[in-house]
Amino acid sequence: MTTILPRKDVVIVGLGWTGAILAHELTEDGLDVVAIERGPWRDTATDFNIGYAQDELRYGIRRDLFLQPAVEAMTMRNNTSQTALPMRDYGSFLPGNGVGGAGVHWNGHTWRFWDSDFQIADHLRDRYGAARIQELQLQNWGVTGAEMEKSFDRFEYLAGISGKAGNINGQIQEGGNPFEDPRSRDYPLPPLQMTYAPTLFAEVTKSLNLHPFPTPAANLSKDYINPLGIAMGQCTMCGFCERFGCANYSKSSAQTTILPVLMKKKNFEVRTESEVLHVDLDVSKKHARGVTYVNTSGEEFFQPADMVLLCAYGLHNVRLMMLSGIGQIYDPNTGEGTVGRNYCYQTNAGAQVFFDDKNFNPFVAAGALGQTVDDFNGDAFDHGPLDFVGGAGINCIPSNGRPIQTRPTPPGTPRWGSDWKKATVKSYKSTLGFSSQGSSYPTRGNYLDLDPTYTDRFGRPLLRFTFDFPDNDIRMSNWVSDRMEDIAKAFGGRQYTNTRRKKGWDSVPYQSTHNTGGAIMGTDPKTSAVNKYLQSWDVANVFVIGASAFAHNAGKNPTGTVGALAFHAADAIRQQYLRNPGQPLVSA
Amino acid sequence: METHCLKRPTRRQFLSSVAFTILAGSAAPVMARSISGSLPWEARSADPPVQVKPGGWLFFTPEEAQTMEAVADRLVPADELSLGGKDAGCVLYLDRQLVGSYGTSSRLYTKGPFMPGLATQGYQAPDTPAQRYRSGIAALNAFTRETKGGKRFAELAPADQDAVLTDLEAGKITLPNKVDAKSFFNLMLANVMEGFFADPIYGGNKDMASWKMLGFPGARYDYRDHVSKHNQPYPLPPVSIAGSMEWMTR
Repeated sequence: MTTILPRKDVVIVGLGWTGAILAHELTEDGLDVVAIERGPWRDTATDFNIGYAQDELRYGIRRDLFLQPAVEAMTMRNNTSQTALPMRDYGSFLPGNGVGGAGVHWNGHTWRFWDSDFQIADHLRDRYGAARIQELQLQNWGVTGAEMEKSFDRFEYLAGISGKAGNINGQIQEGGNPFEDPRSRDYPLPPLQMTYAPTLFAEVTKSLNLHPFPTPAANLSKDYINPLGIAMGQCTMCGFCERFGCANYSKSSAQTTILPVLMKKKNFEVRTESEVLHVDLDVSKKHARGVTYVNTSGEEFFQPADMVLLCAYGLHNVRLMMLSGIGQIYDPNTGEGTVGRNYCYQTNAGAQVFFDDKNFNPFVAAGALGQTVDDFNGDAFDHGPLDFVGGAGINCIPSNGRPIQTRPTPPGTPRWGSDWKKATVKSYKSTLGFSSQGSSYPTRGNYLDLDPTYTDRFGRPLLRFTFDFPDNDIRMSNWVSDRMEDIAKAFGGRQYTNTRRKKGWDSVPYQSTHNTGGAIMGTDPKTSAVNKYLQSWDVANVFVIGASAFAHNAGKNPTGTVGALAFHAADAIRQQYLRNPGQPLVSA
Repeated sequence: METHCLKRPTRRQFLSSVAFTILAGSAAPVMARSISGSLPWEARSADPPVQVKPGGWLFFTPEEAQTMEAVADRLVPADELSLGGKDAGCVLYLDRQLVGSYGTSSRLYTKGPFMPGLATQGYQAPDTPAQRYRSGIAALNAFTRETKGGKRFAELAPADQDAVLTDLEAGKITLPNKVDAKSFFNLMLANVMEGFFADPIYGGNKDMASWKMLGFPGARYDYRDHVSKHNQPYPLPPVSIAGSMEWMTR
């Protein structure tokens, strides 16, 4: 039996970064908003307790704060000739769970995608010709960098990002990223104080005529009061960021930047431990009536609403659209359908330098405390003579010295026994790591759909990944690894490793929780699931907000762009949609 | 004995504040709730870890425990750098993990059909870690009994134990009852290392032995004084979530 609840103006699925931003913005207009969250309520004082937050086993290894596969798993294969099987434990990526979502346990790297990303198909075709990108399914996002600037700025000031501008209104700023798009003003906070490894990385890369700059960080370099009046504290560099909640109000999240204000509003409500099963459409399939959800007691509810905002993790947004019949599921054979199209990931590689005479104190760290070189990222360099498009940021961001997982040893070291122990002790403090975070470009054969065999605890099909690193991206990553080899040599350590990205995406070792696409934004309803305001082309009172909207992934962490897209969508809803509700903001 | 990983009653059962209303009448262990009008806060609602207490085995039989102690002592041998895996409590750690959610895979996706997968698809067998230890240790001892003059693994000389472990790691040994040697070795290695390097509250890493060995300061929370001291050793000893030896003896 389904209990029918009183109508709301807006129902939001998921209360993480995007859900909290949208809820705050829409309640400012007096709308009655309810957020439905699958996981538990979480707040800093109680759940990220300073007495036991620094627990690597509990949070880092057993992943207490993450989505558990028993609740929802996903299946994977590298190509359509294989049979997808469930990832029985999450490994390569780790989706979040609960209030705050993955924004609770992220590292805090906060980037802006560039205009050359938003207009990537036009940009690359104009510069290199259509033949260069024909193996890829690159598409414009429907927005420009200039159009997005205001939204990036709002997210950075909401979150109190620590960084150094590289380009203010066209003026290049010494010490910042000279390759970034113009921004209207500097970051709200100065860069974090650098630890030893990134300091050395900056010296070495400068000597190679590269342009290192402090990685923009959602770990706060100073105390901060954000535009909502919420106070945050200076980061203490405890080295427990990614996979952990911050006990110190020093890492930006919905908890530290929005919820203290949002939760006081009478026109906002969150229902936790309640999983949305699907969006209910009317008979025309062009209008959403609300959502059906089930709570942990197994009771089912129908929540009617005038608007439905899908603000879950991007992958869950895509699956909910598929389970609800919003739009047509993508078919790689015909290229038709849009939901599941252009799934992208991240193409990473890593290097390590082993020293005899250095002590990096790896445990003195923050998730985004480091230095980045963008000389080989995106289209910051001329690809004319090269055989690929895209690029990678090269990052020296030693985020922790937590010893269950962070124990570098030189190649050839046994994995156990006395020799293992000697090498581990020798290398623990004296090893410097840096990595490339490469772009991931869409191909026709990389996509998401519903698994034909495996189901979740409610009997609904699991999401299925069909993904491997495209050849273009492997060539890109290898070329960037060559540049990393130059950097590794220049450090002058005892020895170095340079591990290259290979074909055959492996779902087991952790790589990156940067899963993008599947409900991409764009200008054409035949090739995108949502318009430039993240409104569904098919069901006009549904907006789908998250990295699911990325038409490709850049060599950057997605959260900054996800936050900006949330503000961008909120503005469109407040300034345009509400004047004429139920209507498309862009005519198909 | 439960660790934090077990499904446990939490503060979320106890809805006391007026800010909460329970959605419909329900009696499930974890209740959905509605929050509006204020940030909810309740006293004593945090969920601290439960400290493992030594004494008795909850999962292992004495013979299994003896086998695992011998394995732990070869993976992490006692030497001038630290005590060995057995004395560090790695098997106590493992024993308590195996009776919790880790041992039963209660957090994982365990629905069938079970099919052999590709390496990129990860572990696909239905056996839980608890089942894998039960069958794996039995298979290991059956193997040494048959090939090493009737001796169990723990009865072998250290050099012979190392040789068996090396062959397990390389997959050169075929264990009885279809136990995958390499996969079982990797499971033991991962879990022993967890026990050795995790916070001592979980039963291993006795007296923070591994942290002292590495120079990892443990559950400290503020390094601002040391950030700019590049290339200089950090001066303070490690602390556990449960505190430090120095505090206790003071």
